[in-house]
Amino acid sequence: MKMNKLTKLIVASAVSLAFAGQAQANRDTVQVAGSSTVLPFASIAAEEFGNNFAQFRTPVVGSGGSSGGLRQFCQGVGTNTIDIANSSRAIRPAEVEACNANGVNNIIEVKIGYDGIVFASRIDAGIFKLKPEHVFLAQAAQVPQNGKMVANPYTNWQQIDKSLPDQAILLAIPGSNHGTREVYEEKVILDGCKTFAEVQALPKAEQNNFCLAMRTDGSVVEIAGDYTETLARLQAQKNALGVFGLSFYEANRDRIKVATVSGVEPTVNNIIAGTYPVSRPLFFYVKGEHIGVIPGLKEFAEYFVSDAASGFGSPLEMAGLIPLDDDERATIIANIRAKKSL
Amino acid sequence: MTDNKLSSTDQDVAVEPVLLSKTQQQVAASLARRHRQEKLFKGAGLGAVIISLILVAILFVNIFAKGVPAFWQAHITLDIYFDPAVISVSEKPVQGGDETDNEFRQRFIEWQTEVGMVNFNRLILEGLYQVLPEAKSREYRRDAARIVTSGERYAVRDMVIENPDIIGQTKTVHLLTDANIDVWLKGNIDRSLPDSQQQLSPKVRQWVEMLSAQGVIENRFSFALFMNPDSRSSPASAGLAGAFVGSLYMMLVVIFLAVPMGVAAAIYLEEFAPKNKLTDLVEVNINNLAAVPSIVFGLLGASVFIGWFKLPMSAPIVGGLVLSLMTLPTVIIATRSTLKAIPPSIRQAALGLGASKMQAVFHHVLPLAIPGILTGAIIGVAQALGETAPLLLIGMKSFVAQIPAGPFEQSTALPVQIYLWQGNELRNFFEARTSAAIIVLLALMLTLNGLAIWLRKKYEKRW
Repeated sequence: MKMNKLTKLIVASAVSLAFAGQAQANRDTVQVAGSSTVLPFASIAAEEFGNNFAQFRTPVVGSGGSSGGLRQFCQGVGTNTIDIANSSRAIRPAEVEACNANGVNNIIEVKIGYDGIVFASRIDAGIFKLKPEHVFLAQAAQVPQNGKMVANPYTNWQQIDKSLPDQAILLAIPGSNHGTREVYEEKVILDGCKTFAEVQALPKAEQNNFCLAMRTDGSVVEIAGDYTETLARLQAQKNALGVFGLSFYEANRDRIKVATVSGVEPTVNNIIAGTYPVSRPLFFYVKGEHIGVIPGLKEFAEYFVSDAASGFGSPLEMAGLIPLDDDERATIIANIRAKKSL
Repeated sequence: MTDNKLSSTDQDVAVEPVLLSKTQQQVAASLARRHRQEKLFKGAGLGAVIISLILVAILFVNIFAKGVPAFWQAHITLDIYFDPAVISVSEKPVQGGDETDNEFRQRFIEWQTEVGMVNFNRLILEGLYQVLPEAKSREYRRDAARIVTSGERYAVRDMVIENPDIIGQTKTVHLLTDANIDVWLKGNIDRSLPDSQQQLSPKVRQWVEMLSAQGVIENRFSFALFMNPDSRSSPASAGLAGAFVGSLYMMLVVIFLAVPMGVAAAIYLEEFAPKNKLTDLVEVNINNLAAVPSIVFGLLGASVFIGWFKLPMSAPIVGGLVLSLMTLPTVIIATRSTLKAIPPSIRQAALGLGASKMQAVFHHVLPLAIPGILTGAIIGVAQALGETAPLLLIGMKSFVAQIPAGPFEQSTALPVQIYLWQGNELRNFFEARTSAAIIVLLALMLTLNGLAIWLRKKYEKRW
């Protein structure tokens, strides 16, 4: 008796193993990974797509940051690689090369809309009216003073500018795996840094290195995880000033308050008008080689940028995405249909 | 009396030296110290127990206080008229006698797409206007659209798909309200905050107060939490069903792979294998394997199962294989110790009566070892159920809005769902939801561990 049962068990497990061996079946679900800023938007688009297209399965959306997503995307062609990489920055030439080296040649770039990057502090902390140079002075390893570069002496925001609150400097910025980091460095740190005559006097090639060097005394914390991790940091440390996406801030207005940058408040209208300086386009990249292989890939890409999914009054706009204008949208949809490579 | 003497001070001893030998004096002298040590040890032990109990209590109180309310969710009761003028769809297809399954599927999907084109939001809004006539005005259109969570239009659609006969009828339904309404009613957002920091507009807040006073919006048991997969577009309908089914598939893989393999390996090593350097090496390595951090298995799974065997990413089959590797040593070690505990006399008696070694093991030793093996297996499975780290590396932390239909389909798992929810941007709503998911996972674990204890108690034999 007992032996009989045992044999059955062993046979069953052998069968399941064999089953696993031949599992290289064709995937019928679109697989997406990448930016955690794009993740909520991509997830909503995927869910709506699955609900509206009965013939396709709901795409699966993973995170991992823009760089992580693009690295996975460029691993090669085949059903065990992802079809779409979300990114909160444009793909870099080095990444395109890596993709090409692995046989991914048809990379279709799709812009889905815009998003603002905001600085926010805890609701009970001081009010920040930031300028890009303030943030640079707070995070740099060395700062220009009276024509010389000196090790960053600032420990309190008031030392940087009298208009800033009297609180210790603690910046929580996105880790280098996030696309947000790149935009933050480009639009805040570099802009702020290059206002100083001392920096302009440096050779062009050295300017960026100088500007981006960060102090290592613990006043700047890199957050590798999602915005929730930044929020947790703010909740633990009252002094912390964090970097968030506008849509994340909108969902947590009761816990954090935003800083103005160069006197402009981060609102959807200001970002559309272009007066708020720290905004960026959001992208996803489609693997052209997979179109026609993975069912629903092309349809999902088109649905994502359609007016119904991401235009004004759409679910994505409600979730905080700033929509494309109609001309841009038309060009992008045409690109997807033509499978236009970068 | 003597006891008193012994515990008395040195001075007393000195007065009556004749009564005690040298050794006895030494004993008496050290007695106070030894008693003190014992007291200290007992106190420290008791202290450790109390501290750990307090910590467990804090943990549980914290999780339960946050999570239990999330099992009930704000629902709005509406009378929905399934207006034939709005739902103008052809008849639901029925499979014809000469039609293949595939053709019928095609036709059914076409019909579903047709039903999908209907604006079910309109039906819901019409129902809402009956209890809230004010919402009908153009001015409040945006506010009115925010009351019922957006996913409920698909629930209404599915009612029609399931039974098209309801077109033309009026049904009373309980629909989930928007997540922020639930947050407001439960007081999970500070109500005294100014409008600029509130998620709901003043008008919606006023409506919600009115409707909840009338009993139109009330807390009901949230079946959505158990029946729905995860959702982002409509956070109020996010549920655990997808993660639960994903975990179930993984546990099936573990049960069918790790348990038989582990038991077979243990029987061989314990009963048949010769004792030499090689088996010693195997034994040491099994113990080493049990000590390998789980995240390492995740890396292995990502490179071997996904990279070489080309298994799909985020699939429960891969998760199950990885967790099987992790559980295998636990099962082997538990089974071996059970087999070791079976008295040799049983084997010797069987062999003495002419049974072969195989017969002795399978007919006599193994049946006696079954309760111990089951206990080991169940504890191994419970451990695998709660494991998160390796799953993150094989793509199982993706957002999956569908209940997986098989172990090769993309899915997530219960502990990963907890991780995903705690990272959701709508903190006010998902903090409670996360705790509710933790309660569900804890309940499953306790059930499994309870089952293991019950089996052991029921079948355990003492020698």
